[in-house]
Amino acid sequence: MSERLTKSAARNIFYGGTIFFLVIFIGLTLHSHNYIVNESSNQDQLTPSVVAGKHVWERNSCINCHTLLGEGAYFAPELGNVWVRYGGQDDPEGARDMLKAWMAAQPTGIEGRRQMPQFNLTDQELDELVDFLKWTSEIDTQNWPPNEAG
Amino acid sequence: MKYQSQKVALYYIYGALTLFAAQILFGVVAGTVYVFPNVLSELLPFNVIRMIHTNALIVWLLMGYFGAAYYLLPEECETELHSPKMAIIQFWLFMAATAAAVVGYILGYHEGREFLEQPLPIKVGIVVVALMFLYNTTLTLLKGRKTAVSNVLMVALWFVALLFLFAFYNPSNLAVDKMYWWYVVHLWVEGVWELIMASILAFLMIKMTGVDREVVEKWLYVMVSLSLFTGILGTGHHYYWIGTPGYWQWIGNVFSTLEVVPFFAMVVFCFYMVWKGGRDHPNKAALLWSLGCSVMAFFGAGVWGFMHTLSSINYYTHGTQITAAHGHLAFYGAYVMLNLAIFTYALPYLRGREPYNQQLNMWGFWITTSAMAFMTFTLTFAGVVQTHLQRVLGMNYMEVQDQVALFYWMRLGAGVVVLIGVTMIIWSLVVAPRGPRVTAGARLPAE
Repeated sequence: MSERLTKSAARNIFYGGTIFFLVIFIGLTLHSHNYIVNESSNQDQLTPSVVAGKHVWERNSCINCHTLLGEGAYFAPELGNVWVRYGGQDDPEGARDMLKAWMAAQPTGIEGRRQMPQFNLTDQELDELVDFLKWTSEIDTQNWPPNEAG
Repeated sequence: MKYQSQKVALYYIYGALTLFAAQILFGVVAGTVYVFPNVLSELLPFNVIRMIHTNALIVWLLMGYFGAAYYLLPEECETELHSPKMAIIQFWLFMAATAAAVVGYILGYHEGREFLEQPLPIKVGIVVVALMFLYNTTLTLLKGRKTAVSNVLMVALWFVALLFLFAFYNPSNLAVDKMYWWYVVHLWVEGVWELIMASILAFLMIKMTGVDREVVEKWLYVMVSLSLFTGILGTGHHYYWIGTPGYWQWIGNVFSTLEVVPFFAMVVFCFYMVWKGGRDHPNKAALLWSLGCSVMAFFGAGVWGFMHTLSSINYYTHGTQITAAHGHLAFYGAYVMLNLAIFTYALPYLRGREPYNQQLNMWGFWITTSAMAFMTFTLTFAGVVQTHLQRVLGMNYMEVQDQVALFYWMRLGAGVVVLIGVTMIIWSLVVAPRGPRVTAGARLPAE
C-alpha cells in the first residue's frame, strides 16, 4: 500500500467517512419514513383490526414459511398480494371467505404436498389477519411483484 | 497464550460449536422437509425448524465473536481482561437465554419478525449479556495498549449492540417496520459484522504471517472504510419494493454494487500478507481457514450478492431461491469460516498443545466448503427456474415448486455432506489431541 497514506490518515478517513455516510443514510431514512406514512401506505386506514392482524401474523410466525413483500422464508407463497390474487379488489367478501376457508382447511394432509399447520384462530382473529393482508396489498411497492403469482 | 484471562474464550468457543452443531442438524431437517413435506408436519412445523436453524446460526456467530474478542483483546491490549469471572457469568447467561429461546420456539413462544423472533424477556437478556460484554471489554481496552485491531473490533461490537436496540421497535405500519428491521439485519451483516471480520482477519495475519503491524493496520482501516462507505447506503437494495421511495433504486444499485469491493480487498489483503510474510506458521489449518474465509466471502457475499442486487434484476428475483442461495454462501463464507479460522488458531494455545488434528481439520474444510458451494449452485439453479416460471411467466407458486424438486433433492444431499464435514471439523477442534503438551512460550505467535 502506498507510503503516502499513513495509518492515522487512513483512520481519520474511516471515522470521518463513516459519520458522513451515516448522516446521509439517517436523513434519507427519515425522509422515507415520512414518505411511507404520507404517500405509499394508507396510514389513515391502519385500523385497530389491521394492527391486531399484524400481531396475529407475528404470533404465528407466518414469516418463517411465507414471504411478505418478498421477505421471509421461501417455503410457501408470497402473501403481500394474496388479497389481489384472491380477487379481493373486485369481490372483497368472496376473497375474505376464501381466505378464511383456506385457513380452516389446513393441514390438508395430502401426501407429498407441503403442509400448513392448523393455527386454530378465532373468527375475529381470521378477520383481523385478512384486514392486515388487505392493507398490506395496498402499499405502493413500485409495482412489485411483477404479476399475481407473487 | 500469554494471559491467563484469555482462557475464558474456551467457554465461548465450545458453546459456539455446540450451537453450530444444532444449527446444521436443524438445517438438514429443514432440507428433508423440502423433499418429504409430510415429515414432522404435525409435531414440528417448518416455521419452527427454520427459526431454530437461523437463530442458532446468529447466536453461535455472536458467541464466536465474543470468544474471539476475549481471546485477542488481552494480547492486543497487553493486559489481563478486566473481569474473567464476569465473562464466565455472561457466557452462562447467554447460553441459558439461548436454551430458553429454543425450548420456547418448540412450545410456541416466539415473536414473529424474521430473525428477531426471541420473546421480549429473551431480547432483554441479550441486551444484558451485551452490556456485560461491552463493560468488560471496554474497560480492558481503556487500561491497555490501543491498537487498530482492538479499536475497530470494539467499535463494531458497540454498534452490534446499539443496532440491536431497533429490535425493540415494532411499528404498526408494516412498511415502516420493514425499513427499521433492516437497521438490525443489514447494518449487522453488511455493515459492522464486516468490521469484525476485517479486524479478526487482521489479527490472524499479524500473528501468522509476521508482516509488520503498521502495514496490516493501514490495510485494516482501508478495508473497513470500504465496508461502511458502501455498506451503509447499500441498505438501499432492501428498500426497492417495501413501500419506500423510488430513489432507493438508484442508491441501492450504485452502493450495493460497490459492496463487492471491500470483500475483494479482503481477498487481496489476506493473500498479499501471506505472500509478503513468508513465515512458516505451524498452524496450517488456521491459515487455510483465513484465506478460505476471504475467498468464499468474496463469492458468497460479493459475487452472489451482486448477482441479484441491481433493481432491474431484483424486481424478478426478489424473494426466490436466488436469495436463499446467496444467504447460505454469504453466511458460510464470511462469518462461519471467520469463526472457524479464529477457533482453529486459538484452541491450540488455549489448551497448551501443538496445532493438532490438522489433517482432519483441513479435510473438514474442503468437504464442508465444497458441499456449501454445491448447495449454493443447486439453489441458484432452482432460483433461476423459479424466477422464469413464476415471475416472468406468472405460473402459480406451488406448481413452480414441483418443477424445481430435483434441485431440493440435490440440496439435501449437499446438506448431509455439510453435516459430515462439520462433524469432522468439530471433532478435530474439540476431541483431545494425542500430541505432546508444549511448554508455555515455546510457540508464541509473531508480534
